[in-house]
Amino acid sequence: MRHAAQVVCLVVAAACAHTAWAAQPAAPRAAIPGGTFATILPPAEKLKEATVRAFQMDRRTVSNADFARFVADRPEWRRDRVAPIFADAGYLRHWPNATTPGENLAAQPATQVSWFAAKAYCEARGARLPTWYEWEFVAAASATVPDARDDPQWRQAILEWYARPASATLPDSGSTAPNFYGVRDVHGVVWEWVLDLGSMMVSADNREQGDPDEKRFCGSGALTMEQKDNYAMLMRIATLSSMQANYTSGTMGFRCVTGPEPRP
Amino acid sequence: MKRILGILLALIGTASLGAEPNALPPDSLYQLQAALTDQDGRAIRLDVHRGHPVLITLFYSSCPAACPLIIDTLRATEKELDPATRANLRVLMISIDPGRDTAEALHRLAETRRVDTSRWTLARADSADVRTLAALLNVQYRQLPGGEFNHSSVITLLSPQGVIQTSSTRLGTPDPALVAKLGP
Repeated sequence: MRHAAQVVCLVVAAACAHTAWAAQPAAPRAAIPGGTFATILPPAEKLKEATVRAFQMDRRTVSNADFARFVADRPEWRRDRVAPIFADAGYLRHWPNATTPGENLAAQPATQVSWFAAKAYCEARGARLPTWYEWEFVAAASATVPDARDDPQWRQAILEWYARPASATLPDSGSTAPNFYGVRDVHGVVWEWVLDLGSMMVSADNREQGDPDEKRFCGSGALTMEQKDNYAMLMRIATLSSMQANYTSGTMGFRCVTGPEPRP
Repeated sequence: MKRILGILLALIGTASLGAEPNALPPDSLYQLQAALTDQDGRAIRLDVHRGHPVLITLFYSSCPAACPLIIDTLRATEKELDPATRANLRVLMISIDPGRDTAEALHRLAETRRVDTSRWTLARADSADVRTLAALLNVQYRQLPGGEFNHSSVITLLSPQGVIQTSSTRLGTPDPALVAKLGP
């Protein structure tokens, strides 16, 4: 069927909006080498390190202008057409109308976007959302080193973001300084959706597998976090774990990555 | 060229028919365009059992404990129903382990557990669709380094149009709330 649509596309220009946008090359993504690092969310009991494979990450968060092109291409994601199972009532509510963000918001990060919508955006670009470990790996970098997490000055600078009033206007997408990998906006702009949102609060303790007294796994991940002095990361995890996949928030944005599909 | 025009006309026809008599309720899960494969290798959609009430759940076939229990619980729930209600009910079990749960693996499981595939479907989806499904069904899951999964066990009742009626996390014995919703 998809093939048939492409055939038609060659014939009728009007039908081509869809593939035309999706086929436009994305801005060059930053190459992230991957590696093994100490994570705040242990992948298994007594295993404090996570490994990510090499991947490519958007250098900035997706902007409202970017998202408007997606909505034009996939009208089922317009706020007046989206299925309520995929986005709550706040979805793109801040746009002046259903199709455009307006000049003031165009360059700002796309927020008020649900996880379902963010995931669909990335898939339409031939990409995907980053996993938590991929995001955490990149977020450990300062401007000069790949892992600055033990640098008190760097940590303090990140924490200062949280002290800013939430009502302040969001900085433009891509307006913060690039980190070690050339990725911007990791800290200091918005929270970001991750692909494995539904995994973050699952216990990594496999003794609980099938335990008759523990048939549901709820919130145990929160109890096994490492680096309890890393407030900025703890806040991010707390924020993500409070979000359902159809929720939207004025401070939750996203970016896409490409690379081998990680294990679920 | 004629053929292309034919395809074009067919597409236009489909698009204009689109909404009406078959329109789904806005909160129907059947709006998700997930491509599934069943235990016989057939390509199916999430709405494979549209028109029937469906018990839908996520599982994986190599699961040592909780997943066999899911099948047992589904069976025990069915036993609570009168024959006509049971005959109208469908079951859709979707694997969260696309790496290992091939159609063949699901077929083996269906045989081993003597699953009645005229009413029950075991299916797999690619991992991107599994994540979306898990989010829609409020299932939390995570693969452990050894390849096993930790996951919450949720059995969800869908209406014939794919709208969530109720869900249960009870395993081992039938959830009376689920049975009541299914009852005549």
